[in-house]
Amino acid sequence: MTERERAGARGTLPVRIWRGGADGAFQQFDVPRRASQTVLDVVVHVQRHVDPSLAYRYACRVGMCGSCAMTVNGKARWTCRTHVDAVVAGGMLEIAPLSHLPIVRDLVVDMAPFFDKWAAAKGQFTPTATRRDPFAKVAPASPARRAIDATIECIGCGVCYASCDVVGWKPDYLGPAALNRAWTLVNDVRDGAGVTRLRAIATDGGCQCCHTQQSCTRSCPKHLSPTASIAGLKRLVAHAAMKGTL
Amino acid sequence: MIDATLAVRDESLRAVRYAVWRFVLQRGSAAVLALCVVVHLATMIYAVRHALTAGAIVARMQASVAWPAFYTLFVVAVAIHAPLGLRTIVDEWLGLRGPVVDVLLACAALVLLGGGLYAVASLTA
Repeated sequence: MTERERAGARGTLPVRIWRGGADGAFQQFDVPRRASQTVLDVVVHVQRHVDPSLAYRYACRVGMCGSCAMTVNGKARWTCRTHVDAVVAGGMLEIAPLSHLPIVRDLVVDMAPFFDKWAAAKGQFTPTATRRDPFAKVAPASPARRAIDATIECIGCGVCYASCDVVGWKPDYLGPAALNRAWTLVNDVRDGAGVTRLRAIATDGGCQCCHTQQSCTRSCPKHLSPTASIAGLKRLVAHAAMKGTL
Repeated sequence: MIDATLAVRDESLRAVRYAVWRFVLQRGSAAVLALCVVVHLATMIYAVRHALTAGAIVARMQASVAWPAFYTLFVVAVAIHAPLGLRTIVDEWLGLRGPVVDVLLACAALVLLGGGLYAVASLTA
């Protein structure tokens, strides 16, 4: 620790950090406590000054990339925008990898199952026009565009997925993020996946599995409501089934 | 690892429609049950407050078409709703699913339906 760093410290914070794979254990570190310190700052300090072998993931540090999500004192959070002051409990922090995803090492999880489900929910845009066609005109105030506005800011951090009990109980459930993405595209007037996407999100692990407990909505760092998106998909597939168009 | 269970190409359209119809039936039966439970509770409160005897209640059931019809609807909604909910619990908590579970739950539905309709018929006959 440099002199300058030592000067800014206000005592120390005991931090328990998960080490190893699924069969690993918590290891305790004492980290200098600072004003406006984020949970990511704590993890970075441990890796840079105490144990360089600590594995974790981050990139932007400003809440854009969605790569630094971890379980902090039992709840999934984006660590770069989470102040220690807001989450410290009993004077200490416990930092673990995200739930419901395979642990690679320490705080790093394998995000492949999470993004595989985006693909399974047909989370990719399916264009209906070519480059020779004129630009689509989408009125900003139209209901479909407003529905997209409410969902589009997802950064794919996986916090909602890790917070969802149904994902834990039913591993093939697509999960809130993938379904939120599907709802975004369902409302995109330029998209042509139509009934193909509806069928993809109405499988046995599809939108109907959501129990509307709203853990995803409560935990979303971007303040989105995947629950509302999933409710929209439920209405859509139910209507399609009753009309015989599914 | 999850591709085999997630890829829509591996999930037949029939299975998708089955999954959606289960959802529609469970939500539809829940809506019916919400109404039925309110009416049933109101009826019980009325019967208690007016000190109706069992005989008086049975007499009213037998003199009416509406009450047996109402309780038949109640029984049908229960027979649809309960096994579908049980299916979700068995799937999520015990990890059990498949045709055998569906057949067992269909049997449970028939037991609920049979027992309920028998009770309604006994009170109205």
